[in-house]
Amino acid sequence: MGAFKLGRMTMRSLFGKPACAMYPVKTREPYPRTKGHIEVDIETCILCGICEKKCPAGAITVSKPERTWTINPFSCVQCDSCWQVCPKKCLTMESTYTAPSAAMSARIVSKPEAAVAG
Amino acid sequence: MATRTIIPFGPQHPVLPEPVHLDLVLEDETVVAAIPQIGFVHRGLEKLVEKRDYMQFVYVAERICGICSFGHSLGYSQTVEALMGIEVPKRAEYLRVIWHELSRVHSHLLWLGLLADAFGYESLFMHSWRLRERVLDIFEETTGGRVIFSASNVGGVKNDIEDSQLAGIVAVLDGLASEYAELSGAFLNDYSAASRMKGVGVLTKEQAHTLGCVGPFGRASGLGADIRALGYGAYEDLSSFAPVTAAAGDCYARCEVRVKEVLQSIEIIRELAAKIPAGPVSVPVKGAPEAGAEMASRLEQPRGECFYYAKGNGTKFLERFRVRTPTAINIPGMVTALAGCQLADVPMIVLTIDPCISCTER
Repeated sequence: MGAFKLGRMTMRSLFGKPACAMYPVKTREPYPRTKGHIEVDIETCILCGICEKKCPAGAITVSKPERTWTINPFSCVQCDSCWQVCPKKCLTMESTYTAPSAAMSARIVSKPEAAVAG
Repeated sequence: MATRTIIPFGPQHPVLPEPVHLDLVLEDETVVAAIPQIGFVHRGLEKLVEKRDYMQFVYVAERICGICSFGHSLGYSQTVEALMGIEVPKRAEYLRVIWHELSRVHSHLLWLGLLADAFGYESLFMHSWRLRERVLDIFEETTGGRVIFSASNVGGVKNDIEDSQLAGIVAVLDGLASEYAELSGAFLNDYSAASRMKGVGVLTKEQAHTLGCVGPFGRASGLGADIRALGYGAYEDLSSFAPVTAAAGDCYARCEVRVKEVLQSIEIIRELAAKIPAGPVSVPVKGAPEAGAEMASRLEQPRGECFYYAKGNGTKFLERFRVRTPTAINIPGMVTALAGCQLADVPMIVLTIDPCISCTER
């Protein structure tokens, strides 16, 4: 038994660099695998709806008639299910977080009409 | 006989990370009895098994608790795999155990910080959590999540850890272990820490056995029960495994067991990282659990033995899923340890069972 068992560690903390980053002045680089948010390449998307079926949180809605792919970022649990089952590999998990939002609104991505041949 | 007073303690209390309510029956400053009450964070997650198919439910299972999240996804996955007769690749089993042991390291470091906070040693609390951050960084690097990983699913694991990353993990843990040696010295050898913990909240081996205590709480009273010793998953490939036990059964013994278990977990990760086999990390899963088929499995969570039960009904939705968590079993032991203690020691004794009420109530 004794006292000041944490003395060396305390001295290192006093004179060393702080353990925390000065957020938001300094931000840390995310890891390549960090789950930030889901992005869709709507040009490649065929609106098949498999991601909607596999999503355990019901965050994704795909509408073929309206040609939209919708995600509610507040429901998404970032489980990787959607992009892993996507047959066209048009979904990606980006490592950056989405910006803060004042309203809990869904993000709707519309697929442009296919160019008429000729 | 002194006048008896009943003091309500919790569910909202500065020392409690989670809501448990105790009615403390006092004679002067001495606790004569404690009457526990839970049920403040019940979410009905087990019922959700009827609404999410057995592949989707793993994401619900890992949200039973934030600290044991990987353990719950692993427990659920291995129960459903046994129910459906799925054999998981060896590499996946190793990766699961590596993540599970890392979870134990971060859970115990979190607990050590909370304990230091409970007996008023703020800098020790901060340093414990500073070290824990490194483990959370490993989780983020390897799974993408810091608390909820979504790494384990039925049939294996979702992503591999490359060998270079495994070497990096071991290097981080080596650095952590050297700083942890200083930290553990403060917990085990510092006079002020020992004076708050030694001889406080004693639970004898007989009492722990009678009340069925599990995990570090039971092992601190001398019970040698540790489900990892049964050799499930990759634990069977360990060269040796012996549960960490202590004899005294007081708060200091519980701290000592957890302090040593962190080092034991680091050793397990080192050994498994050195001999992890190459190969696939998951197998395709098809079909559904048979109607009426039942399966139960156990695993050692950071807080103790956790029991899982699943029953199929022939569809993709399970008939029933049940979790019995270590805290639910340790509450009678905690109440026994509280009897006879001083009022000022109550927060610390409650903390030493490492209560996880979110797990208990699901």
